[in-house]
Amino acid sequence: MNIQGENKSRNIVLGLTPLWLVIGIFMIGPLLIMAGVSVMEPNVYGGVYFKFDLSGYRQILFDTNLFDEMEFNPAYVIIILRSFVLAVSATIISLIIGFPAAYFISRQPDNVKNILIFLVTIPFWTNLLVRTFAWIIILGKGGVIESSFSFFGLLNEDDSLNLMYTNFAILIGLVYSYLPLMVLPIFSSLEKLDVRLLEAASDLYSSRMEIIRRVIIPLTLPGIIGGSILVFVPCLGAFIAPDLLGGGKKLLLGSLIQFQFSTARNWPFGAAVAMFLLSLVVIVLVINARINSKHEDLQKHV
Amino acid sequence: MNKILKFFSFCVAITLISSSSFAAGKLNLYNWSDYTPDELVKKFEAETGIQVIIDTYDSNETLLAKLQAAGGSTGYDLAVPSQHFVEIMIKEGLLEKVSGIKDMPNYKYVAKQFQNPSFDPMQEYSTPYQMGSAGFAFRADSYSGDGSSMMEFFKPNDEVCGKLAVFKSPEEVVNMAHLALGSNFCSEDPNEMQAVLDLMLEQKKCVKVYSSEGINDRLKSGEVIMHAHWDGYSQVGKWEYMDDLTYAYPKEGVVGWFDSLVMPKGAKNVKEAKAFMNFLMDPENMAILSNNAAYANAIPESQKYLSDKMKNATNIQVPEGVPVVFGQACNEKAQSLIDKVWTRVMQ
Repeated sequence: MNIQGENKSRNIVLGLTPLWLVIGIFMIGPLLIMAGVSVMEPNVYGGVYFKFDLSGYRQILFDTNLFDEMEFNPAYVIIILRSFVLAVSATIISLIIGFPAAYFISRQPDNVKNILIFLVTIPFWTNLLVRTFAWIIILGKGGVIESSFSFFGLLNEDDSLNLMYTNFAILIGLVYSYLPLMVLPIFSSLEKLDVRLLEAASDLYSSRMEIIRRVIIPLTLPGIIGGSILVFVPCLGAFIAPDLLGGGKKLLLGSLIQFQFSTARNWPFGAAVAMFLLSLVVIVLVINARINSKHEDLQKHV
Repeated sequence: MNKILKFFSFCVAITLISSSSFAAGKLNLYNWSDYTPDELVKKFEAETGIQVIIDTYDSNETLLAKLQAAGGSTGYDLAVPSQHFVEIMIKEGLLEKVSGIKDMPNYKYVAKQFQNPSFDPMQEYSTPYQMGSAGFAFRADSYSGDGSSMMEFFKPNDEVCGKLAVFKSPEEVVNMAHLALGSNFCSEDPNEMQAVLDLMLEQKKCVKVYSSEGINDRLKSGEVIMHAHWDGYSQVGKWEYMDDLTYAYPKEGVVGWFDSLVMPKGAKNVKEAKAFMNFLMDPENMAILSNNAAYANAIPESQKYLSDKMKNATNIQVPEGVPVVFGQACNEKAQSLIDKVWTRVMQ
C-alpha cells in the first residue's frame, strides 16, 4: 500500500515534468531575463551594462531633460492612458458586434453552426501582419472604400476621407484582429444556455429586454468576461495596428516597448514598461478570477 | 530495439545529408528594404550555386539593435550598415573580421579614395555597397515650392501640411534638422538640441505618418506629397510611376551616407559571404545594383555598364554648390541627446 502510494506520487512528479519544463523555459525564464534587464544600466549603443540601476522604472514618471535636469514627464502616463482607452473601446465595440453574432450562430441548426464557426476562425489562418497590411489597402487614399465612394459620386477624385493614420484606423485594426476571440467564448457559453429557461422567463411575463438582461447575460457572463479579457489584453500591448494604421505619431504601450528595444536602444526602460504592462494584465486577470468565483457561488445557490 | 536503432540511424543520416547539402551554399543577407535587386541575386545564384536568403530592415538603428540583441547569433552572414554605424559596430564588437579583403580578385576595381575608408582604415571589416544621400522629395505637380530650402520640409506650407511623411528613425532626420538650423552633427550642446527638438515638434503638427518603408507607394497614392527620402530610391519611384517626383537639393545640403557589406559576429557561411563581397566589387555586377537601386557606387569602371536612364537620373545628380555632409558616429553624450530628442518627438 505504502509502496504504491510512493509510486503514485513519484509518477505525479515525473508526469508533470514536461509541464514545468515548458513553463520554466518559455515563461519564467524570459520573465526573469526581462525583470533582470529592467534593473540594469542602459548602454547608449544598445544592450546593457551589468550594474544595478532603477532608472528604467523612475523614467516612467520622472525623466531627465536635454539639460540633464530631472523633471516630471507626463508623456508616458498619457501613453498608458491612451492605450487603456483604446483597448477598452476596442473591447466594447467587439462586445457589441460579437455578442449578437455569437447569439445568432448559437441559434442555428448544427450543420450551419459548424460552418459559421469555421468562418469565424478563418482569419487566423493568415498572419496578423498581412491582414493588417490589407487594411492599408482598404482604408488608404484611393483604396477600396474611397474608390467605391467616388464610384457612386459621393467623393471627388482628388478629395480624401483621411481614414488612414488616425485613432479610428487603429481601432478598426484592433477590433478586426481580435473580434473572433470575443465571439468564440461567448458562443460556447451561449451553447450551454438552456433554452427552456428563456421560455420559462417569457411564460412569467418577462419582456424581451428583461430576458436578455436578467437571464441571458447573467448566465453567459463567464463567456463575456473571458472574451473581453482575450480582446483587452492583446489590445493593450498591440503594436502592429498602431504602427501600420496609426502612422506612428502617437505611441501606445506596445509600440513604446518595441521602440525602446529598437530605435531608442534603452532596454532597461523598455523592460520596465513591459513589467508594468504585465502587472496591469495580472491585475485584470485577478479581478476576473474574483468575479468568476462569485459567479460560481451564485450558480450553486441557484 | 533494433527497429528503434534503425529509425534513429535513419534520422541521423537524414540530418547529416540535409545539413551538409544546405551548408554548402547558403547566404543570409540582411539588407535595407527595396535595396537588393532580384537580377543581382539571380546572377549570383546562377554563377555560384549559393542560395541567397534576404531579410530586411528599415534603419541603421534597427540593424544595430538586432545585432546587439542577438549577441553573435543573428543567423545573418552579411549586413549593410552606413559608414558611421560600421564604426559603432566595430567598437561594440558586433562585426567579424574578414580576412583577405584586399586580396580579393575584384578589390582592384574599388576607387582609390574609397579604399581603406576612415571608418575601417585597414579594410578589415567592410567592402563597398552603394552611396547616396538622405533628404526629402516632393510631387512637383502638387507642390509650388522648389525644394531649395530645408525649411520647406520642417516648416511646410499649407499645401504640404497634413500631407507630409518623415522617416521613422532619428538618424537622418536629426541631421537634416541640424542642416536646416546650421548646427553641427553630433552636437553635445543641449541648447542646440533643444532647437532641433522644437523644430521637429513644430513639424510634427503637419506630419501624417512616420515611416521609412513603402515611401514610393505612399507618394504614388497621393496620401502624402512630400516625404523624407533617399536620392536613389526616389529616382526609382520616378522611373516607375511618378514622373514629377523630385528629390530636393536644398542649399543647406543633404545628409550623405556610404553603405558597406559587413559580416555580423557569429556568421556561419563565411566562404559564401566572401564570395558575395567579391562578386559585388565586379564592375558589371555593381552596375546591376546601381541600375536597379539608382545609387552611386565606389567602382568607377561600373560606369561602362550603366544603363542610359541611369546616366540621365536627375534625382541623384548633386547640383553645384549643394554640400553633401556625411553622418558621423556620435559619442555617448551626443547619441543620448539624439535619443532623448527622438523619444520626445515620438511620444
